[in-house]
Amino acid sequence: MTKLVYFAWVRERIGKPDETVELPPNVQTVRDLLLWLKGRGEEYEHALRHPEVIRVAINHEHVDHGTKIAGAAEIALFPPMTGG
Amino acid sequence: MVGPVVPIVRIEAKDFDVAAEIDGLRRGNADIGAVVTFSGICRDESGTLAALELEHYPGMAEAEIGRIAAQAIERWPLAGLVAIHRHGKIRPGENIVLVVAASRHRRAAFEAAEFMMDYLKSNAPFWKKEHRADGGEGGWVDAKASDDEAALRWRK
Repeated sequence: MTKLVYFAWVRERIGKPDETVELPPNVQTVRDLLLWLKGRGEEYEHALRHPEVIRVAINHEHVDHGTKIAGAAEIALFPPMTGG
Repeated sequence: MVGPVVPIVRIEAKDFDVAAEIDGLRRGNADIGAVVTFSGICRDESGTLAALELEHYPGMAEAEIGRIAAQAIERWPLAGLVAIHRHGKIRPGENIVLVVAASRHRRAAFEAAEFMMDYLKSNAPFWKKEHRADGGEGGWVDAKASDDEAALRWRK
């Protein structure tokens, strides 16, 4: 099982701050994950309409969309950051 | 001579005291010749903004700012480094972020503080949502391409 956490408008559009999912075996990279999630329903489609803008962190570290997700305990999806 | 510099990174809701943070860095080290501070403050956007809501990713926010601080310490001969980022509701005029960089000479302190802020803006997991003064629905602040470019120029 993998914990997914969402922030800012990704969280608002999906409608929950986190969830635990069983990833299908064909979901191997971050890009696969975004496409798989996008197909899970209207709210996911709304949040991930432009998957290329979504930033992703695995176990609290930034990763790019080509990164393999095997062994990830926590995967976070969020918009570009606006702190500071 | 002092030991290796350990950065102070804090993510908290409460306000910070700039003078106290400078004193903390200088205490016990008489070989500091330069202290640069950067304070990021909430603007009122010409009276249209009531507050900013700062959301963050607990755990990763500390880790990421810690990684940025470690890079700064590796790159410049610093005597001390503090990075504090607030979260929650912040009103115009209130502090959002503080970086304090101390070194023997000014250049390292100036550059390290700027590096910290450039990376923090584009890589630290914080998001700002606006609350409008007229009570209307505010939105999430858009990331600026210029902030990404500001961070990239340090890769040279």
